[in-house]
Amino acid sequence: MRATSIIYRRELAAYLRSPAGWIVAAAALLIEGILFQIRGLSQEQLSADVLRQFFWSMSGVTMFAAIILAIRLVAEERQTQSLVLLNTSPVSDLSIVAGKFLAALTFLGGILALSVYMPLLIKVNGKITASQIIVGYLGLWLLGAAYLAIGLFASALTRHQLLAGVLGALFGGVMVMFYQLGKVLDPPFRDVVSHLDAWWGHFQGGFMIGVISLENVVYYLALTYFFLLLAVKTMEAKRWQ
Amino acid sequence: MINVTNLSKFYGAKRALGPVSFQIEDGEAVGFLGLNGAGKTTALRMLACDLRPSSGSISVDGVDAVADPHQVKQRIGFLPEAPPLYPDMTVIDYLRFAAELRGMRKADHARRIPDVLERLQLTDVAADVIGTLSHGYRQRVGVAQAIVHEPKLLILDEPTRGLDPVQIIEMRETIRQLKESHTVLISSHILSEISQTCDRLLILGRGEILGRGTEDELTATQLDVKQVVAMVRAPDDGRDVAGVLGKIPGVTDVAEPRTMHGTLTYVIDCDQDVRAAVGRALVGAGLDLLRLDSVHSELEQTFLRLVGEGGHASN
Repeated sequence: MRATSIIYRRELAAYLRSPAGWIVAAAALLIEGILFQIRGLSQEQLSADVLRQFFWSMSGVTMFAAIILAIRLVAEERQTQSLVLLNTSPVSDLSIVAGKFLAALTFLGGILALSVYMPLLIKVNGKITASQIIVGYLGLWLLGAAYLAIGLFASALTRHQLLAGVLGALFGGVMVMFYQLGKVLDPPFRDVVSHLDAWWGHFQGGFMIGVISLENVVYYLALTYFFLLLAVKTMEAKRWQ
Repeated sequence: MINVTNLSKFYGAKRALGPVSFQIEDGEAVGFLGLNGAGKTTALRMLACDLRPSSGSISVDGVDAVADPHQVKQRIGFLPEAPPLYPDMTVIDYLRFAAELRGMRKADHARRIPDVLERLQLTDVAADVIGTLSHGYRQRVGVAQAIVHEPKLLILDEPTRGLDPVQIIEMRETIRQLKESHTVLISSHILSEISQTCDRLLILGRGEILGRGTEDELTATQLDVKQVVAMVRAPDDGRDVAGVLGKIPGVTDVAEPRTMHGTLTYVIDCDQDVRAAVGRALVGAGLDLLRLDSVHSELEQTFLRLVGEGGHASN
């Protein structure tokens, strides 16, 4: 736990010190601002629909931002060989992965927090409840956590950040295609495959419309855990190679 | 301190090291000498628990490095070939981070870090961002992170790599100081580094230990032909210096001397170490002996023979 905290503080400081972190934050907020203007404010709609449009576009921005934030976490350290310091210190791979993941999740949480003025504008001018906003943000945070874990796993696979980005986008892309894949399958595979989808069923059909369900929360936590576990095992395996 | 038994490492089907076995005692400074690709870095990474061995065992201070790497890591300071630095951090923040990772409490590293900074002459750049430092300073920061937690064993992989001559001399002095308080294991392909800083050598080639022992032991067992250089003040009476040298048992040939500033320098071929006999003979003949030495580094000759007359190791 202590090692996780030490690595967490270093990684979070690295995000705050590096231009890359701020560029990702600025780009995410700019893109979301533009999409919010185009999709949410350019036509007359019910305020609940405008909020749905916001969470719809913000979920895509969150997924991309999470992958981009995560790809440097291990790959960059392998490339600069600073990972040796962590590997030769008495800390476990789990502590390394957990510290890095939590730092990225905190930074991503900061980006999400900076976007909150948009739903607040809807609330001030429309008829939505605070709980709809909170549930939507909980969904974004869980979705972001899952995609950070996917990006972290991709980052653990290679020393090249570009390749890690491509792999992360590929894995993340596959996770949002299960729903479409499920449609062409016959039962019972249809239900099983559709439920693996990371966006359509669990976000669009739940958090995005202000509905919180235990199943969706557990799904995102399990997805995050799964990819973090893969990242830990990958780092362990690399020592044997 | 270190007990390595039948250690080997394979990258896929390719053997990088081993099986090798060796021991290193407490307080020793041991040099890993080998050409590039000989397996030095692989061996050191396994000793530092950065890499797991394919087979064999490593025991550090009585602790099994494979079964209990965390215990071993607390006893080791490791400087890899490229120092493991974070360019965005200041030197002092980086050393705090390294100390905390190794389990040091705040009070302990607050006391220790100023000492380390002073010892490595980093005090003036303590607040500087590592990314702005010169290569020499970065290398020193690398050494600082390796010793900040006061490890028993210090593993330095090519510590003078990429340094300029002045920095090499400074680093050599630093290593000499570190020898006083640590067991030190250094790898290098530069013979002079190893011979000047280590008590004992392990010569690696093609993933195997080709020779081991002190410099004298290695040269005594491996060297059978020598050249000796002797410089004397040119005698006023025209005495036959070459004749004196030629009569020494073991001398096979004496080349024409080189004359410079009133001195004569002879290169003497011999089939055994004749330096002592040459010294006695020249002084006994009333000549002023100014210099007496091997023409080439004995260790260099030994090394080249062991690794196959300078041929590169195959791994």
